[in-house]
Amino acid sequence: MIERLQRIGRNTLDRLAATGRAGQMLVQSLIAPPEPTTMLPLLVKQLHFVGVLSLVIILVSGLFIGMVLGLQGYTILVDYGSEQAVGQMVALSLVRELAPVVTALLFAGRAGSAVTAEIGLMKATEQLASYEMIGVDPLRRIIAPRLWAGFISLPILTMIFSVVGIWGGSLVAVDWLGIYSGSFWANMQASVDFSTDVLNGIIKSLVFGFVVIWIAVFQGYDAVPTSEGISKATTRTVVYSSLAVLGLDFILTAMMFGEI
Amino acid sequence: MSNLQNTTHIEVKNLSFSRSDRAIFRDLSLRVERGKVTAIMGPSGTGKTTLLKLIGGQLQPESGEILVDELNVHQLNRKWLFHLRARMGMLFQSGALFTDMSVFDNVAFPLRVHTDLDAALIRDLVLMKLNAVGLRGAEKLMPSELSGGMARRAALARAIALDPDILMYDEPFAGQDPIAMGVLINLISRLNRALGHTSIIVSHDIDETLSIADYVYLLADGRVLAEGTPQELIQMEDPQVRQFLDGEPDGPVPFHYPAPDYRQQLLGGDR
Amino acid sequence: MRMRSLEIGVGGLILAGAVSLITLAINVSGLSFSDSTGGYNIYARFENVGGLTERAKVSLSGVQIGEVTAIRIDTRMLMADVEMRIFDEVDYLSKDSSAQILTAGLLGEKYIGITPGFEEETLAEGSRIEDTQSALVLEELIGKFLFNKVSE
Repeated sequence: MIERLQRIGRNTLDRLAATGRAGQMLVQSLIAPPEPTTMLPLLVKQLHFVGVLSLVIILVSGLFIGMVLGLQGYTILVDYGSEQAVGQMVALSLVRELAPVVTALLFAGRAGSAVTAEIGLMKATEQLASYEMIGVDPLRRIIAPRLWAGFISLPILTMIFSVVGIWGGSLVAVDWLGIYSGSFWANMQASVDFSTDVLNGIIKSLVFGFVVIWIAVFQGYDAVPTSEGISKATTRTVVYSSLAVLGLDFILTAMMFGEI
Repeated sequence: MSNLQNTTHIEVKNLSFSRSDRAIFRDLSLRVERGKVTAIMGPSGTGKTTLLKLIGGQLQPESGEILVDELNVHQLNRKWLFHLRARMGMLFQSGALFTDMSVFDNVAFPLRVHTDLDAALIRDLVLMKLNAVGLRGAEKLMPSELSGGMARRAALARAIALDPDILMYDEPFAGQDPIAMGVLINLISRLNRALGHTSIIVSHDIDETLSIADYVYLLADGRVLAEGTPQELIQMEDPQVRQFLDGEPDGPVPFHYPAPDYRQQLLGGDR
Repeated sequence: MRMRSLEIGVGGLILAGAVSLITLAINVSGLSFSDSTGGYNIYARFENVGGLTERAKVSLSGVQIGEVTAIRIDTRMLMADVEMRIFDEVDYLSKDSSAQILTAGLLGEKYIGITPGFEEETLAEGSRIEDTQSALVLEELIGKFLFNKVSE
């Protein structure tokens, strides 16, 4: 019994210490103003690695989720004679909730785990130590570009997801199920408000982007430098990111839409 | 800044360092002479790599100091540490080439970071360094395309890119086939004689290390167990030294991990 | 060479993001840039606005002639006071027009329908529509129905 408590206590303290290290890493990476000539090419490279390479999964997922929403929405609404509301249903679901959350989860799985593995491997093969010995701060050279790439690319991917999903929904509703195109779009435009719906969705994606890439980078940086350690770190990235995204989503949704 | 008449290049004074409650160094003191090949040897886990990291300023000691050319490494501000690191080259155990750049870019990296030389000059320097290690033809390859021995040589080329005063080798002979080992031994001693820098080799390969070292420190239990020239060391009679040098399986470092009495455990039945 | 294809890819990503943002703004949320093309404000008081929201349509015979800009409470008369902005071109609404809160479809949104009157004088900036009909509230409807049933 006592050992159980001791273990729980030690675990909690370890987690707190890890959070502290994560914060320290974040501050040290971002605190100094970036040097454009060296940082920009690194940033572009990371934007490609983290953003562009995630496009395919985002496009495909967005399309299918939008189409499924259109289909499911139609089957439910047609019972109430309100099938013209499919457009606004698809748009609101996507823009407010599904796009930020699903994009963040997919991003954590694809880009987050890749970043964790890469940084963990650099730590294990002493590349991070080499940078230090040559006099280059690995936090600014390796970590910071990846952090910025995450902040920038997740909102972009989220918006692309929304648009592709709505298009998918329109394919199903208008082209397949025969809803009048005019009312599909008009109803949508009337009920989706830019500042409350679209902007809030983007704010969510900014928050998620920050959290997901921070977790991914830290898990790699802090990993035990063995193959087992790296594999555990990538698993932790996906699990912690997903939990954080879902938890934050609830909090943000309550703050943004709770009063309605 | 540097006093060329002083033969001591690096001095470690009363260094203490622990990691997660385990004392790695206890009041360690040693001296590295300028221009010579100094070997730091000892059983695995004595923290030899840690010592190199402490000298390079990557880790902070708990007490004691490390002086390089009479400058306290851990009291230097960032700018001075940056310049000091340009005077040091380190060859890591795994080579540690940057996997996202070609061999050429790896060797050019320290030059680009620490100097303002133009591209043509950097290119010439890189090719010269690669030639010194015999890899000039491999400049365009990526690290993943190199064999282990070649990767280590490329990392050596990167370590000497800035013509450092101090070269540190972390277990350079570990896991190498005989040919690669011979190449490395040859390179280390030739570079040392040609460029006149101070070399520190951390290793536990006895024959190879003793064949090129000018002075040897044998570490155990966080402090210096024995020191001397290779000839002096071979003749020492201390049992711990003998066990290490002769490779005896049993001695002051016991063969058996602490366990209860053998007879009792076998005959006393399962517990 | 490899760097260039990376840059092109990243540029494409950012461009796609910008296009998505614009699409979301215009096609999805109907953000219109005609918000500041003028118009004049008229007012109407209702007992119950139902689910009427700001930016709801104001229509004449089903054609949009403006939108609801604000819904406030008239503290003197303790009723809802709705402010609407009518497009400048629609300057022929007579002073005795009536305003009714209607529903578009069964689950649809509330909007205001204007039925024109017969007077010569037209509504202008600051005018008030006196003849109003509140939204149909389901409970009142049921109550009315039951009341009628009982009295039969």
